Amino acid sequence: MRLTRLACAVAFGLACHSAFAATAYVSNEKDDSISVIDLDSLEVTATLDVGMRPRGLLLSSDNRLLYICASDSDRVQVMDLATRTIIKELPSGADPEQFALHPNDRWLYISNEDDALVTVVDAQSDEVLAQIEVGVEPEGMAVSPDGKWAVNTSETTNMLHWIDTRTQQLVDNTLVDQRPRHVEFEKDGKRLWASAEIGGTVTVLDVDSRQVLKVLNFAIKGVHPDKVQPVGVKLSDDGKYAFVALGPANHVAVVDARTFEILDYLLVGRRVWHMAFTPDQKRLLTTNGVSGDVSVIDVDSLKVTKSIKVGRYPWGVVVTP
Amino acid sequence: MTAYWECLRGIVLREWLRFVLQRSRFLSALVRPLLWLLVFAAGFRAALGIAIIEPYDTYITYDTYIVPGLACMILLFNGMQGSLSMVYDREMGSMRVLLTSPLPRAFLLAAKLLATALISLLQVYAFLAIAWVYGVQPPAWGLLAALPALLLVALLLSALGLLLSNGIRQLENFAGVMNFVIFPLFFLSSALYPLWKMRESSEWLYWLCAVNPFTHAVELVRNALYLRLHLDALLICAGLSALLTLLAVASFNPQHAALRKVG
Repeated sequence: MRLTRLACAVAFGLACHSAFAATAYVSNEKDDSISVIDLDSLEVTATLDVGMRPRGLLLSSDNRLLYICASDSDRVQVMDLATRTIIKELPSGADPEQFALHPNDRWLYISNEDDALVTVVDAQSDEVLAQIEVGVEPEGMAVSPDGKWAVNTSETTNMLHWIDTRTQQLVDNTLVDQRPRHVEFEKDGKRLWASAEIGGTVTVLDVDSRQVLKVLNFAIKGVHPDKVQPVGVKLSDDGKYAFVALGPANHVAVVDARTFEILDYLLVGRRVWHMAFTPDQKRLLTTNGVSGDVSVIDVDSLKVTKSIKVGRYPWGVVVTP
Repeated sequence: MTAYWECLRGIVLREWLRFVLQRSRFLSALVRPLLWLLVFAAGFRAALGIAIIEPYDTYITYDTYIVPGLACMILLFNGMQGSLSMVYDREMGSMRVLLTSPLPRAFLLAAKLLATALISLLQVYAFLAIAWVYGVQPPAWGLLAALPALLLVALLLSALGLLLSNGIRQLENFAGVMNFVIFPLFFLSSALYPLWKMRESSEWLYWLCAVNPFTHAVELVRNALYLRLHLDALLICAGLSALLTLLAVASFNPQHAALRKVG
């Protein structure tokens, strides 16, 4: 009887632990795998085989499904996180790299880098709803919080392409600096942040007018300006900070999202690509491609507290509660 | 027992007064590591941001890397300067006054070592405070955890200084100590470069650094500052401190200077 009680207590304890511990999923571009990191112990607890060259990652709104851009498999894979198995593959178009999920939790907007297209797929019916012609080498993809806009960046045309999601039509283009790679809407959807890798800048735009509000430049002491190549951008929900991953500069820039002042540069691993917040937004994870690790930034103190070895060339990252 | 305490207090007080009265000595002890930190390390700021080295959990800049080594550099110079003061004391006769005390000579010398070590610690913490303001910020508890490590290293280096001073007959010979003891100990250690970097350039250089006691001293302090215990370094430093103190006390001969003068 005592043993049974003890077993129940242990099982309950374990269940609670797994229920509260946030988990990070990191795509390893060169290993065709996903590293699973327990964010309590900050250790890799599992490595899951997926399609070829996994890059962009997304979660369904209920955090049960993980969408994976398997770029060289020309597929978006859907993983059930309860069983950690691929349950289906969506027709994504060629070479999917980044994608965004509409707030309706169905429409996936996928950049097809080789075909200069954005493919819209219904993640429930697996149907391709539309293919929209955009600029050359489309990459960054974001959908506004109200679901009205899907914005794509094209790396060679150097433009942001505004897609009206009601009609799935391209309605406007905005020229930004060279090689735009990532776009991110603020939580209230009023402003859009777009990084330009070769231009070395981040452009902040007013969404209603689609006009440029501010262009941010970065300069790190002791790092050659050519190495400052902004890629991933993450905005804190409280509107306080914007974090910009600066690629081969091996730093993440911390920007005051209200004044656009650059507050600090945080040293992380080599070639930092993308980032994800923990659910409480107290920590930010960065994927460092060349050094093959994930750095953990404490958001309150703005300090890098740990770097965790994952697979080869980590690229995308998402966190579940 | 009171006599021992009084004697220890007296010796520490004398070192303290000497430290307070010689402000330039305090400043020069600080200027040296600060030049390394603010000037030398500035040029290599990003040089180490490419690998994670124990005990650091993430990537660090070069200035963060060299702070423990520079803290130990203060102890090294002070340990050697302690030996200089011993030669001076012997030549000027104040050591003989001290040795007229009825207490055992071993205790007197150990007290002298401890006094030098304690004064050195003040300088190290002054340096760590400036480094903190500059942006090199180990965990706050690490500063406390490093205290016993720093004390042990200070004792080790003071004992080495005392042993050396026993072999020095004249004050002028101290320049030799700089060239043949301080510089090799400091440069052939992990104070400025991690051992794996040394290994990249040459295997024998790596081994020289790996067996250098100062490397173990630096690693003991580095790990303690980041709340880790480097057991090997601790055992080596503790063992060496005991051995060097014994040798220094056994070989101590206050007659050196007097004999030379008579001769």
